[in-house]
Amino acid sequence: MTTMFTPDHEWINIEDHEAAVVGITMHAQDALGDVVFVDLPEVGKTFKQGEAAGVVESVKAAADVKMPVTGEIVEVNEELRADPSLANSDPMGKGWFFKVHLTDMAEFDRLMDPPGYDALLKTL
Amino acid sequence: MSAELRKTPLHALHLELGARMVPFAGYEMPVQYPSGLMAEHKGCRESAALFDVSHMGQLRLVGDGAAAALETLVPVDVVDLPVGKQRYALFTNAHGGLLDDLMITRREGDLFVVVNAGCKDADTSHLITHIGHRCTVIALPDRALLALQGPKAVTALARLVPGVAQLTFMTGGSFTIAGVDAFVTRSGYTGEDGFEMSVPADQAAAVARKLLDQPEVRPAGLGARDTLRLEAGLCLYGHDIDDKTTPVEAGLTWAIQKVRRPGGARAGGYPGAHVVESQLNSGPMIKRVGLVALERVPVREGTILVDAHGHKLGHVTSGTIAPTVDQPIAMAYLGADHASAQHEVYAEVRGKRIPMRVTAMPFTPNRYHRG
Repeated sequence: MTTMFTPDHEWINIEDHEAAVVGITMHAQDALGDVVFVDLPEVGKTFKQGEAAGVVESVKAAADVKMPVTGEIVEVNEELRADPSLANSDPMGKGWFFKVHLTDMAEFDRLMDPPGYDALLKTL
Repeated sequence: MSAELRKTPLHALHLELGARMVPFAGYEMPVQYPSGLMAEHKGCRESAALFDVSHMGQLRLVGDGAAAALETLVPVDVVDLPVGKQRYALFTNAHGGLLDDLMITRREGDLFVVVNAGCKDADTSHLITHIGHRCTVIALPDRALLALQGPKAVTALARLVPGVAQLTFMTGGSFTIAGVDAFVTRSGYTGEDGFEMSVPADQAAAVARKLLDQPEVRPAGLGARDTLRLEAGLCLYGHDIDDKTTPVEAGLTWAIQKVRRPGGARAGGYPGAHVVESQLNSGPMIKRVGLVALERVPVREGTILVDAHGHKLGHVTSGTIAPTVDQPIAMAYLGADHASAQHEVYAEVRGKRIPMRVTAMPFTPNRYHRG
């Protein structure tokens, strides 16, 4: 599995270990509504797993984007900053938020796999 | 979702239309439909949007003494309100603070009153306690309220009710919509031309469906209602006005007609009049203002406002990125000496200071049909 999920509706893809991609899920963008603003973390900053690294805001609400794993931010999605609606139109692709260099693979292994996340969604 | 939530007569229709439902003022209400908040907001400004506002309180005050009695609770001219005219009003408390804002329409046989959903029980008790001996206070729980708002609202409604186009802003009358008796006023909460229709609850869904059949009309929820009213510079009770804010601080003195002001024939006589009159004479200490952010960062309710040195100047009471204006806008209270147009203040958002400029409201022009 290269993509895993958090209970806060973030996803992380580790095809590239040095720059694992993080975004919010389809469910998250649907719950938020039309995204109008994103606050992305500073490149070079390190965050712990679970820490709020960014913010995603819709017209009505603001939500933290939390780190699925501990690591250093190596890149942020400038396209998303310029056009926050990408988080709605393509949350699993073009709407990615930032890339992180993981320090602890075990953290990744303990996240929810796709069937596990689907099961969570069914309980909501 | 709590089992205690109440439902409006359009609840089943909302579910049928795919609405996302949320709790609001003890009711399960549609916050948006599948098209989303932005599309609903823009649809209202460009065409026509239908809102279910049946959760709000509707009442009648009956009796020759009703108008004079109501004047003991509001700083507004009710006695000289002509038949067919509607007026915005405020319930005040002993400190000049606001208990609610409301709409009053003079009709042939009564005064028709619409109050906020969250305050309707308290407002009804307030009326009965203070003026129940001078007139009959009749709550109308079996009536629904629909709002059709937008530049094409009149086109859509007049197709069903030809006479309705004769109404001008803040006037009302009895009409028949698709065979249903309705009381209609030309008013609303969006800054656009539009109508509010009081109909019997058991006919509300039929009327709503007939309106939604019109090509100009799309359903809109409470989410869009909030962004629309904020762009229009309209207060939301419990946020921009509450029991600690006076009409003068809130910039609502336009609602206090001359006859009720110091020197007028029926000056005072409502709760907190001494506070309001003192502020009318010497000005309030704080003022409600409109703000536009100079960076594209939403500034929300509760945000603290400071000057360039970090000294607190005030706080935000409503804020969003407005879909029509396409910028972050907010309403806030500032110390009176900082409340002038073009004055720059800073909003503290996540440790950063976002510059904002005091701006006249409405943020987007009102387009009422004054005839």
